[in-house]
Amino acid sequence: MTGARALLQLEGLTKAYPGVVANSGIGFTIRAGEVHALLGENGAGKSTLVKMIYGLVRPDAGRMLLNGADYAPDRPATARKAGVGMVFQHFSLFDAMTVAENVALGMELPPPMRELAAQIRATSINYGLPLDPDRIVGDLSAGERQRVEIVRCLLQDPRLLIMDEPTSVLTPQEVDILFRTLRKLAAEGTAILYISHKLEEIRTICDHATILRRGKVVATCTPAERTARELAEMMVGTVLTPPARPAAPKGDIALEVNGLSAPSPIPFGTALKNIRLSVRAGEVLGIAGVAGNGQDELLLALNGELRCASDIVRINGKSIGHRGPRGRRHAGLVAAPEERLGHAAAPDMTLTENAVLSGAQRRKLVRRGFIDWRRARTFAEEIIREFDVRTPGTEVAARALSGGNLQKFVVGRELSQDPAVIVINQPTWGVDAAAAASIRQAILDRAAAGAAIIVISQDLDELLEIADSFAALNEGHLTEPRPVAGLTVEQIGLMMGGVHGMEAANGPA
Amino acid sequence: MDIGGINIITLLATLIVASVPILMAALGELVVEKSGVLNLGVEGMMIIGAVIGFVVAVQTGNPVIGFLGGAVAGAALAAVFALLTQVLLANQVASGLALTLFGLGLSSLIGQGWNGIRPPLTRDVPLGPLSDIPVLGPVLFSHDWMVYASFALVVAVWWVLRRTRAGLILRAVGESHDAAHALGYKVRRIRMAAILFGGAMAGMGGAYISLIRVPQWTDGITSGAGWIALAIVVFASWKPWRVLLGAWLFGGISVLQLSLQAAGSRIPVEYLSMSPYVITILVLVFISSGRGRAMGAPADLGKTFHASR
Amino acid sequence: MVRLEKRANPSRLWSVATPVLAVVLTMIAGGILFAMLGKDPVAAIRTIFWDPLFNPQFAAYSRPQLLVKAGPLILIAIGLALGFRAGVWNIGAEGQYVVGALVGAATGLALYPMDSRLIFPLMVVAGGLGGLLWAMIPALLRTMFRTNEILVSLLLVYVAQSLLASMALGALRNPQGGGFPGSRNLSQWASSANPELVAGTGMHWGVVAAFISVIGAYVLLQRHMLGFSIRLAGQAPRAARFAGVSPTRLVIVCFGISGALAGLAGLFEVTGPAGQISLDFAQGYGFTAIIVAFLGRLNPVGILLAGLLMALTYIGGELAQFMLGLPAAAIQAFQGMLLFFLLAVDILTNYRIRWTKREAA
Repeated sequence: MTGARALLQLEGLTKAYPGVVANSGIGFTIRAGEVHALLGENGAGKSTLVKMIYGLVRPDAGRMLLNGADYAPDRPATARKAGVGMVFQHFSLFDAMTVAENVALGMELPPPMRELAAQIRATSINYGLPLDPDRIVGDLSAGERQRVEIVRCLLQDPRLLIMDEPTSVLTPQEVDILFRTLRKLAAEGTAILYISHKLEEIRTICDHATILRRGKVVATCTPAERTARELAEMMVGTVLTPPARPAAPKGDIALEVNGLSAPSPIPFGTALKNIRLSVRAGEVLGIAGVAGNGQDELLLALNGELRCASDIVRINGKSIGHRGPRGRRHAGLVAAPEERLGHAAAPDMTLTENAVLSGAQRRKLVRRGFIDWRRARTFAEEIIREFDVRTPGTEVAARALSGGNLQKFVVGRELSQDPAVIVINQPTWGVDAAAAASIRQAILDRAAAGAAIIVISQDLDELLEIADSFAALNEGHLTEPRPVAGLTVEQIGLMMGGVHGMEAANGPA
Repeated sequence: MDIGGINIITLLATLIVASVPILMAALGELVVEKSGVLNLGVEGMMIIGAVIGFVVAVQTGNPVIGFLGGAVAGAALAAVFALLTQVLLANQVASGLALTLFGLGLSSLIGQGWNGIRPPLTRDVPLGPLSDIPVLGPVLFSHDWMVYASFALVVAVWWVLRRTRAGLILRAVGESHDAAHALGYKVRRIRMAAILFGGAMAGMGGAYISLIRVPQWTDGITSGAGWIALAIVVFASWKPWRVLLGAWLFGGISVLQLSLQAAGSRIPVEYLSMSPYVITILVLVFISSGRGRAMGAPADLGKTFHASR
Repeated sequence: MVRLEKRANPSRLWSVATPVLAVVLTMIAGGILFAMLGKDPVAAIRTIFWDPLFNPQFAAYSRPQLLVKAGPLILIAIGLALGFRAGVWNIGAEGQYVVGALVGAATGLALYPMDSRLIFPLMVVAGGLGGLLWAMIPALLRTMFRTNEILVSLLLVYVAQSLLASMALGALRNPQGGGFPGSRNLSQWASSANPELVAGTGMHWGVVAAFISVIGAYVLLQRHMLGFSIRLAGQAPRAARFAGVSPTRLVIVCFGISGALAGLAGLFEVTGPAGQISLDFAQGYGFTAIIVAFLGRLNPVGILLAGLLMALTYIGGELAQFMLGLPAAAIQAFQGMLLFFLLAVDILTNYRIRWTKREAA
């Protein structure tokens, strides 16, 4: 496919935001019919670049050529008209609306609904991504939601399809299907700009790769000719060491969940169905699953935001299912939710105040109802010191911290409470490689010190690296936990539910 | 057809008229809320519409121009709300309250010296043979043009929201402003347009009170109709035809209590006059307790949108 | 083009400066409004803001009035501010104020003409309870049936006003009043009177209660876990649940406090400055207190100052009505405008305004 004509040429693209230069002098070429990887860590400038191509952001300098002609989209509609489509990672679907309505919203001149529905059916089956146009999007699985976005783009015959982290919401089996679709599209001459930080995937599917670091192009290569390690080092710029794993004997059962079922408090959420698990002191249980299969609900049920009958959740043999978050913290369970800003931390409150938020009980920051602000500040300082949180001080609003630093603060706050049980959802989501490594190390250190730990994550590599045993959430069910040693990717994929929603539009396969 | 000295057909016909102001205001607010904005200033916009509509109608001698004036006045006040919430990102609840407090003060200021005047008459326009149908004729088809216009608006709002692309986009913006923004829709502009429409509708509803329903100007003439319109939107689960139902229900109660007062009921006047509010509360409770969530409420209702990066 | 950029930290400077800026802008806009009404704007502004305090001709009467008007405003606004901070919208304080006065007055009148020092304290308790119970209606409907508390609390104002009319004409009417509506005069009955405590200051028990509420709310918000929970719930409701704050409890507590304080304000008013339950007892303090709460940035000390300022506009407004023939409604519009400007300039606290080249938004 190399040697085909240049479809999109970028020259010297630059975009600065107050305080950061997101993109600086970016230039590379995407050819028709190629799958071109855009590789880089969080914050490397991938999403700003893509937004410029899609017309959501205007470059400060530089130019773009599409098929040799000047291309300067002022809004997404212009980009779509020029044949550029984009599949978003988040934030572009409307939960309460049907598939067909969602597709129509992404098109310039959609045909009448009935016709559109027929087109959706035809195109989706043609590309192996079956969809029922009449279903409400909020009821779909993460993989199906992605299909909606892809089909929405395909209906407009794009010449360039931008895909932002497409596999983060898919099981391994679903990834295979997606790759088949992408190859078919490439063979038909569509160029694909594939954004990811998953190196094996890029080696499998991409013809070319452009690597960004701190807003600049630092390398280009043919991924299949490089090892994943080489790619990683180009991306990060340093050599990484995997976390050390001190072998420690496992203790008694610290957390036990017996048949937990709960409806979801989240609109279009997933109900938990008869969850059973137990974690021993010193053990790390990794829970995998595609987004939206009950991860958020599981965390809420474990940390007490969702309550249940008292016997269903036990900590060190004590029944605490009926207790709320405060009662459970008292019993020794701490939790770090996925969403840092707004759930784990209050954006407009200072770090000291955020330290009180969950540390009040175990760190005894409150006496007879009154808050001891001195102790609270000392606690916040301790977290900042021990977890290397980069901040000007403790009296800074949480929203002022970068994602990675806030994550270190939140995880640090929970880990510093001498807990018996720790539940963490997506510990390293959106965090750069160095910070992610230090968070994983901190988790393992706590396990070595005798805490029972549950890590919920969509990053399989991460789970396989730090977990002793492994389970998967699939539509609110939790599989039987199995030891990590000896698990294959195939088995993991099946535990995660194989391929979701294929029956929905196809009928029984 | 008389019960306790009250003629049922007259009662029903009056009910239709009494429900027009809240019907208009609630329809407007429904569109606003569908776009994801909660404007609690309906009462303020209505009363400004009532006073300006009245003054304009008296000055020009033409009630139609009066209604236009009411609509413009309501929209002008709504523009202040749009500026505050969409451009200056102020809290929607507080801004809506400010609108109501300001509207009440300003209306009574403007209305000074206009008390006790009768506005130009708006005639009933019986709809030919339709008005001769027994019962339905006098109840539905023997009214002024605004009544028919309000029916038409119910259909129009339903049609636009359900069947047109503009309606689809409006609902999308209310459902998720982030997603709509990512697809390139101008969230702020769409919401501002909806807010202005809501203001114009509330203004016309208010003008109907001072020009036809009462018809004269007194301070505080809307007496909570704007709040009841807000309640009706919730009652209606954000569906236009159920707004009609809600407006009729409330119109019925207020007409019935007035008839009971006039018929010399033994229930004290004060209790009769509080009944519409009490019943509105009861209906709200009934609706909100019925099914799990407030069905049909736009997901991003009341949230501030600021496009970052 | 102007672009808004969110500040990393809220600006301390602007959080203090915005209310002042809003007041200045309101004076300018108000001046224009008064000029349009054919009044001399400078004279009008001076009559409203300066004369009540410093003009020797009026100050003797006006100065005490400042505390008389500010007392109920502050008392109610403190309660409302706690709720607003938590995202609990009680906008029916006017109704709670009325019901507090009714229940308190009824308690006292039931004991008429007994002579006891315990009657007034008893009435205070009854007034607070009355407001609290009235506020419990929206609170309980909210927590039990998820009914919108904004609408219910507001609709109950209309109900309370009808109730007031019914009481003034019926159950509480003065049997010796010659058939006129209105209750016995409570301020002239020693057992129930809420007198001026220090002559010439306007200070009565309601003002004392207002000052206590300011201090109490300040300590609560700064030091106490409940205050922390209130702030947390308002700023980040999900983080509050994560911290273990019960939303149900918070709704009840916030409505309870604000209802009780509004009820107390009503009771102190009916036993003092107003003197009796009458048809025009409800003067809109419950609504103006909403402006006071926002003008004070929902901060107790700010509310104290805002309450005094708003009281000044009331007194100054009356003076302007008397001296310049400025309509009473003009002051109401003026107060509403103040809230507009306050909300408008508030953006400076959390956002930075930047001038940039045009960009696709």
